[in-house]
Amino acid sequence: MNLTLKIWRQANTSAQGKMQTYPIENVSPDMSFLEMMDVLNEQLINKGIDPVAFDHDCREGICGMCSMYINGEAHGPDRLVTTCQLHMRKFKDGETITIEPFRANAFPVVKDLAVDRSAFDRIQHAGGFVSVNTSGNTQDANAIPINKHDADNAFDAATCIGCGACVASCKNASAMLFVSAKVSQYALLPQGKVEAADRVLNMVKQMDEEGFGNCTNTGACEVECPKGISLENIARMNREYLVASAKG
Amino acid sequence: MSGLIKSSLARKYAMALSGLFLIVFLLQHFTINLISVFSEEVFNEVSHFMGNNPIVQFILQPILIFGVLFHFTMGFVLEYQNRSSRAQNYAENKGSANSTWMSRNMIWSGAVILSFLGLHFVDFWFPEMNYKYIEVLPENPNRYFEEMVHKFVSPVRVVLYAVSFVFLMLHLLHGFSSSFQSVGLNNKYTKALKSFTIAFSVVIPAGFIFIAFFHHLNA
Repeated sequence: MNLTLKIWRQANTSAQGKMQTYPIENVSPDMSFLEMMDVLNEQLINKGIDPVAFDHDCREGICGMCSMYINGEAHGPDRLVTTCQLHMRKFKDGETITIEPFRANAFPVVKDLAVDRSAFDRIQHAGGFVSVNTSGNTQDANAIPINKHDADNAFDAATCIGCGACVASCKNASAMLFVSAKVSQYALLPQGKVEAADRVLNMVKQMDEEGFGNCTNTGACEVECPKGISLENIARMNREYLVASAKG
Repeated sequence: MSGLIKSSLARKYAMALSGLFLIVFLLQHFTINLISVFSEEVFNEVSHFMGNNPIVQFILQPILIFGVLFHFTMGFVLEYQNRSSRAQNYAENKGSANSTWMSRNMIWSGAVILSFLGLHFVDFWFPEMNYKYIEVLPENPNRYFEEMVHKFVSPVRVVLYAVSFVFLMLHLLHGFSSSFQSVGLNNKYTKALKSFTIAFSVVIPAGFIFIAFFHHLNA
């Protein structure tokens, strides 16, 4: 496959960025998108051009690092995949592919396609945990009876890898799907109920402080989420927040 | 509680609840308008009651006006905040790949509805307030039907009404079901509820359009 890549280049957070066009030849349809980017970078290095910076780590769809906005969609045109799981066979020979970083004020560009998603870390620090006694008397989690339906829903919420595709896809750059998944994964389990009120209040407060937009229920986040996190989590967080606020 | 008031979720609840309140009013308004198709006499009786009952005039009407002002002011504030949360837009963005046109353009459908409300106030509300509270003209319980039909003589006004109600339909198609999600209702009944909201969003605006054309053609 021969392709034309239009890629956002930006030297650093404060620099002015712009789209740059690069032709790339002999791309295998079996390559992953990141492998194609590796080939491009090899070609750029050989020409003495600064390679394109992009985030990646596990390359098997579980770390959530690869964060590209490809042809107008987070992680490209495929569904339920991260960029590393996107294959070049999804594109046509001769196609022009636009590649941009995830865009939100809360995700400043570090360089080119790499963005700073530490806002998610700070939200997690605000309440995305359970306090467990680890002094040697830790109770086996399996000793606590949990309704199968709740356990499944908690697990589904916990599959969120914090990639930020929800924020990138939302027209308002809202982080509600991510935060609601992190709230839900504990709110549904008995271990998480003790701190449930503080958790949701603190995580929403931190989310607002990070400068994400407001959720208007477009549902784009759910469609673009590589893990299929459901909007039901947002409804659950809305309920949790209302109840927690009423309790004071 | 102060945290709740300042939070983004409070704005979400407020938009949903004010929207649901306006939908209840819309249904009540539609019911009264529909009466005009069947009976001039009953329409006049109901309109006279609504226009002269002190509870409706001095309690419900101010609440309604507050609800309208709150909903659209908050809508514009949220739109501004949301646009500000992404300073650099995408060079290419396929919104249609993951969301409906209605959900992405609530601000534009809302702006058309707001413009329509301006026309509606000029047509009906301002003359009514002038009649009752400024000029204090003697009440004629049989005037309402004729006043209403007179407004629909103009084909331009009828078309403007029809276009506005199409935008109301688009606004409701997202807003009605969305308001339940906003207040935390998303469960096994959501699918049925969504079907109901879609039917409501199409039937009620279509009914308003029908009533406008009905009186235009019978005027």
